[in-house]
Amino acid sequence: MKEFSYERPESLDEALQVLATSGSDIEILAGGTDLVIAMRDRYSQPKVVVDIKRIAELSPSLVWDDNAVTLSATATMSEVVGDEGINTHFPALVEAAVVVGSVQIRNRATVLGNICNGSPAADTAPPLLAYDAVIVVAGPDGIRRIPIDDFIVGPGRTDLHEGEIAIAVEVAVPPRMVGSAYERMTRRRGTDLASVTLCATVDDAGVTQVAYGSVGPRAWLKVDETGVLADPSASVEAKAAVFEEIFADASPSVRSLRASPDYRRAMLRVLGARAVERAIERLQELQGVS
Amino acid sequence: MSESVHIEVTINGRDRAFEVAANHTLLDVLRDQLGLTGTKECCVVGECGACTVVVDGIPMNSCLMLAVEIDGRDVTSVEGLAKDGHLNALQQAFLDVSAPQCGFCIPGQLMSAHALLQRNPNPTVDDVHEALGGNLCRCAGYLQITEAVLVAAKAGQQ
Repeated sequence: MKEFSYERPESLDEALQVLATSGSDIEILAGGTDLVIAMRDRYSQPKVVVDIKRIAELSPSLVWDDNAVTLSATATMSEVVGDEGINTHFPALVEAAVVVGSVQIRNRATVLGNICNGSPAADTAPPLLAYDAVIVVAGPDGIRRIPIDDFIVGPGRTDLHEGEIAIAVEVAVPPRMVGSAYERMTRRRGTDLASVTLCATVDDAGVTQVAYGSVGPRAWLKVDETGVLADPSASVEAKAAVFEEIFADASPSVRSLRASPDYRRAMLRVLGARAVERAIERLQELQGVS
Repeated sequence: MSESVHIEVTINGRDRAFEVAANHTLLDVLRDQLGLTGTKECCVVGECGACTVVVDGIPMNSCLMLAVEIDGRDVTSVEGLAKDGHLNALQQAFLDVSAPQCGFCIPGQLMSAHALLQRNPNPTVDDVHEALGGNLCRCAGYLQITEAVLVAAKAGQQ
């Protein structure tokens, strides 16, 4: 690992000050599960590493407030998996977080880091897209709140500008009743990157949101307002036609070692059908108890 | 600009204060600076778990963290399990059921199992598989390793 100077700000102001004076050769360190590897392999050679884990404003890492949960930049996958409210309202986010790496990785890896790292295969991206999460960014001009669909740009790229720091992701409990599910395909069970990731949400007005990743430069969010996907009695053929449109943006790389483009496209349809089916079941359970 | 940072930590129950290079991982510092070579270096990308240590009660890969990050924390490595020259129940169980084969992964397995038993003294087989899922054993001694954790849990109940 190349040499760098280590900064550990204790307040957001101090952190922004460091960012303002350090130029562009800077890396933000939260969980470090991607960054430390990148620095050791010298993909990343920052002059300054800013450890944000002791910034007072980022604690506590997980706060519920008025039907919305705020995960600060220090909230780990394990914390998300262990939170009762998230299990109740955002089960697909738990399903995505619990399959990231191993226990040791999940104890360190942060949800926001997963998004900022910009991997097309980021497990938490599809559920956060499907739940309409908002990324909170602090910068010299104050706070920006960016819908996650606009924040995610491409492989390794986000809408984060120089001098800014992503401080939180907010997820609001939707006003309507929503069932949701996350599906993922890997080559083997256990520590592996996903070949296809997909999350579906179905609400009680018949609107289905499908977000999918690992089949192109970024994870995509698509909405079906026809009611076909949400309809348990709709035919497989009718649903397949809707899925065809939804998956039109899939452009899996031919260079990936994990799965061929044809296989990924085929599995996208399988996971799509599974996730929508489970989301409908969960919605029905909610409707049953209400 | 090689930055040296002063840190104060508790390692295996002992308070220590020393300087670390900012660009050294916790694994580097444990092995090369403190001579605690029980913690193993293997994949260095967080897939094998051989470098697992317990920080403030939570198992982590020491290859994926900077040593400066443990400033103010409590770290237990495999050397911290035995007390007064005696193996603890978990280590003894690993021996009794012959869980170690080549032995290289065992420090990491022990630390993941130790963290599990601290949190959940009565784990199921599934709990053990989940907690140790990030620790690979290329001798494939998984059955014995799982058994050892369950035997240790039982011993702890008595």
